[in-house]
Amino acid sequence: MSMDSNMMVMIGLTVISAATPLVFAAIGELVAEKSGVLNLGVEGMMLAGAVSGFAVAHVSGSAFLGVLAGVFAGILMALVFAFLTLSLRASQVATGLALTIFGVGLSALLGQPLIGIAYEGLPSYSIPLLANLPIVGPLLFEHNLLVYGSILLVLTVSLFLKYTRAGLVLRAVGDSPDSAHALGYPVIRVRYLATLFGGACAGLAGCYLSMAYAPMWVESMSAGRGWIALALVVFATWQPGRLLFGAYLFGGITILQLHAQAIGINVPSQLMSMLPYIATIVVLVIISRDRGRIRKNAPASIGQAFHPTK
Amino acid sequence: MSTQTESPDTPLVAMRGITKAYPGCLANDAVDLTLHAGKIHALLGENGAGKSTLVKVLYGLLQADEGHIEWQGEAVNITSPARARELGIALVFQHFSLFDSLSVLENISLGMAVPANRALEEKIVEVSNRYGLPLDPNRQVYTLSVGERQRIEIVRCLLQSPKLLIMDEPTSVLTPQEVNDLFVTLRRLSDEGVAILYISHKLNEIKSLCSEATILRGGKRVATAIPENESTHSLAALMMGSEVVVPARETRHASDKVMLQLSQLSYATTEQHGIPLKDVNLQVHAGEIVGIAGVAGNGQDELMQVLAGEVRLKNPLQLLLEGVDAGSLSPSERRMRGLCCVPEERLGHAAVPSMSLADNAFLTAHYRTGLLTGGLVSQGKTRRFTEQIISKFNVQCNGPASLAASLSGGNLQKFIVGREIEQQPSVFVVSQPTWGVDAGAASAIHQSLQAMANAGTAVLIVSQDIDELMLISDRIAALCAGSLSELYATQGMSVQNLGLLMGGAAIQKEAIA
Amino acid sequence: MITLQPRAEPSKLMGFAAPLIALVVTLLAGLVLFALLGVPVGKAFYAFFIEPVSSVYGLSELGVKAAPLIMIAVALSIGYRANVWNIGAEGQLILGGICGGAVALYFYEVEAWYVLPLMITAGMLGGMFWAAIPAFLRTRFNANEILVSLMLTYIAALLLSMLVHGPLRDPDGYNFPESRLFHAAATLPVILEGTRLHIGALVALLLAVGVWVLLSRTLLGFALKVNGSAPRAGLYAGFTQNRLIWFSLLFCGAAAGCAGLFEVAGPIGQLLPNISPGYGFTAIIVAFLGRLHPIGIIFAGLVMALSYLGGESAQISLNLPVAVTGVFQGMLLFFLLAADVLINYRIVWRAKGARV
Repeated sequence: MSMDSNMMVMIGLTVISAATPLVFAAIGELVAEKSGVLNLGVEGMMLAGAVSGFAVAHVSGSAFLGVLAGVFAGILMALVFAFLTLSLRASQVATGLALTIFGVGLSALLGQPLIGIAYEGLPSYSIPLLANLPIVGPLLFEHNLLVYGSILLVLTVSLFLKYTRAGLVLRAVGDSPDSAHALGYPVIRVRYLATLFGGACAGLAGCYLSMAYAPMWVESMSAGRGWIALALVVFATWQPGRLLFGAYLFGGITILQLHAQAIGINVPSQLMSMLPYIATIVVLVIISRDRGRIRKNAPASIGQAFHPTK
Repeated sequence: MSTQTESPDTPLVAMRGITKAYPGCLANDAVDLTLHAGKIHALLGENGAGKSTLVKVLYGLLQADEGHIEWQGEAVNITSPARARELGIALVFQHFSLFDSLSVLENISLGMAVPANRALEEKIVEVSNRYGLPLDPNRQVYTLSVGERQRIEIVRCLLQSPKLLIMDEPTSVLTPQEVNDLFVTLRRLSDEGVAILYISHKLNEIKSLCSEATILRGGKRVATAIPENESTHSLAALMMGSEVVVPARETRHASDKVMLQLSQLSYATTEQHGIPLKDVNLQVHAGEIVGIAGVAGNGQDELMQVLAGEVRLKNPLQLLLEGVDAGSLSPSERRMRGLCCVPEERLGHAAVPSMSLADNAFLTAHYRTGLLTGGLVSQGKTRRFTEQIISKFNVQCNGPASLAASLSGGNLQKFIVGREIEQQPSVFVVSQPTWGVDAGAASAIHQSLQAMANAGTAVLIVSQDIDELMLISDRIAALCAGSLSELYATQGMSVQNLGLLMGGAAIQKEAIA
Repeated sequence: MITLQPRAEPSKLMGFAAPLIALVVTLLAGLVLFALLGVPVGKAFYAFFIEPVSSVYGLSELGVKAAPLIMIAVALSIGYRANVWNIGAEGQLILGGICGGAVALYFYEVEAWYVLPLMITAGMLGGMFWAAIPAFLRTRFNANEILVSLMLTYIAALLLSMLVHGPLRDPDGYNFPESRLFHAAATLPVILEGTRLHIGALVALLLAVGVWVLLSRTLLGFALKVNGSAPRAGLYAGFTQNRLIWFSLLFCGAAAGCAGLFEVAGPIGQLLPNISPGYGFTAIIVAFLGRLHPIGIIFAGLVMALSYLGGESAQISLNLPVAVTGVFQGMLLFFLLAADVLINYRIVWRAKGARV
């Protein structure tokens, strides 16, 4: 019996670990999209965060500095995107793609000297008392700070959007930038901030991958998670609560391949690796077919360039 | 009856010598405007006369090049809308700044830069009820009708206890009954000492509501008047600069041939806030003009989509062209059968803004006018066709290669209508034919429509402009919440009765189906 | 301060100049990058841009790399004009390689004239099948084709890996994950003696010309432009978006699948876990760089092919990592998007304090 519960805890831990980068990347993108910005460059920003975080953590020996570097890298990438799309009014789709291509290339270039270097991963912190609970204890209350941070972040974003003035303004900008502009709200500035927040979160997601999940640096190690995060935002119909659920669902699917053998499934590993991608397609189809629902929840101005009419 | 809070001699607002120029256009030329507390003052002028510019200067959205503004006798510098609001000026725009997915409370909170809390909620209920504009603070805006949305804008202004309320063309989106309700509200406000500046080109309303009027034409103030002492004809003359010739109503004898028939047409759109069409019955004969009146948001979009073929009907025999079922035909097929449509929106729907006039001519005429040879686009034929339209309909532009977006509203509308007319349709459907179009172009379009009908085409006009329909249509009906009323002869139809129909009520009159 | 003022009409001059401006700026940025990497700038410049095309063989290699880029980019440009964003061309290329390669292996040692045409057909059908999935899901369920086609790319790569490790592995290959080498009848003929330049280059050029005619002179081309620019107007004119979605995706699938087949039956000669250095993605850049115009795409394809060769050459002579190519390509697209602004906007110097 204890063998099974230990295994359950172990599987649960890997699910949480796999879900966390998705949570970060998706919540950041959700905020950006809520303001009307569609940033397809999540994958590129994640990789930038991954390589920067790993490099700085390795060189400085400080995990904290590493995470900071990852966040900063994500913000920098997002700044390029924001400048092109918000100030220069370039196409959001094309610029997002460019960001991904550039991010993949740049991270591969900068990460060359880092290949093969070992990293001990992030320290985990047990929450006193709660960590001693049977099963639930080790499952939920002995994680590194980033995992706790991801949950807190989702909660904060949810409260922010619903109950604060700034959150209301952000939602308004995403609904109708023309109306917001007519009322005197700084549409471009709000979108800049939302986009940079998205970049910071993507950077966090990336450095979680390289500093905790793997932990190491491998070229293109995000393996499409950035794209999955984009699908997650649609799946969650732009609501933080559902997003958390979706991320954990996907986390589970992702690590299924790892435990397939243990559970007794004997299939080529590549097939199992396909599961998250297939699941993403399925999830997209299910959500998208309800056009009414999408239209009701999607920020009305998403993806459209804002041209202020004086 | 009006309570004067200061000496009747000191105006609340005096704009003196306001001049504002744009590259290529003098929007305001030394304009004077004087407003008094407790009076409803009309700002009258055609499209493009400079009314919007003047008001934007007053509200701080624009800075005048020359001239100054006095508020209660003292010179002021209105540098921004916030400053204007501080003084006590409130403006209800023609185009609302609302957020569909947010609630009424949140919208008002954003518009006033105050928190969306219980106190605001209570104030909204109180003020909206007091002035006869009831609002539920927790409704989401996308569920509201256009008239209700306007209420939000008005209540937002009233919550700031303004001294001057500016209304910019408020009634173009209201039924006649809603207009009456609005007037009650405005008179009440004026009785309480609020000055009202009422911008419009609707002469009947101005005569009914306003005690003073300033008339703008071509950027200049050409006259002030007391509407009570003027007739609509004299006001129109002042507005347009000459004795306006109101074209006589043409009497047409339509043939018995039914070209377009809608038979118990029902269509439920999948759009989020769409209006389902219910049991629409309509017959348009060759050689007649039928008008469908109605305020926006009552199913006009859906009706146009059904007629144009942008949506197909599942059930047969609901839409017949010359007796043949056409409900499932594509737009191209319908054009080949002789049905040409002009939708409401010029840029982005009836025409592609970034493409040339030649391309836009090709857009709908390619099959019917034979602009394809051997599967390839015939550039020569297309260009000649475009030139034909440009010259016949007097479209001011730089030739067939000019971009659609570079034309003025009136010229583009002339081009679009001309494009369809040149395809010699047997049935012609147009929505809002003269919306936002200057008087000259509007008149030209009306003449074209009448000429078409005289030549035997069946013409159907969907319009919010009651005056237009009363002028040129032979029979008239109203669309309300997706249902079409009975058809009546326009001759002898009154605006009041039409208003009743637009509101969905029945009238005591002979219907002529 | 600098502000952007919208132009009355898009500037045709900038339409041509923007890609050139982007190229120049990218070159400059590249030189800075080299300097930062501690590489002798002159040597790097030579290795990257001059050396690869300084011989006949080098030029033929340019053609080898440019052919798939041009083929795919030309097909992508059709969809992009109509706002159909196929990002999964790489996956469609892989499927084309898999299906065509499978046919080659099926007919192993059969020296018949029909083997190659069958392979090409299979390659095209494979790519079309893979592209039909996002087309179907978009038209039927409104699922975003960007995400679907991308997910399918990852799936395709895994599928190839699975097949090459398993059913399609060379039984005499010492367990390496690769298929048999294709026999003579299953290999693309070379059109220039002594090089690897194959008929794919000619096909690419023909395709570019064909698409040029399609876009500029046919009703379909017109419909694509209208729907991309003003979807409601397209609906009004009777151009059904669904039909355009299917056409552009299937066309792309066929082109990418064919390009994939050309790769495995030409320069590579067998099935490997990796049959493309990201042609499907680079083709996206080629499409934009070429202004979505077939002639521009030909030039852009040659430029991007040069960046591949340059990366390889720099790796050999300067020990620079191949990833430098990806950085260049990404930068080029960025600078192009930035330069594109000048087509619709004018830069205006406005004195501080002036109010509109």
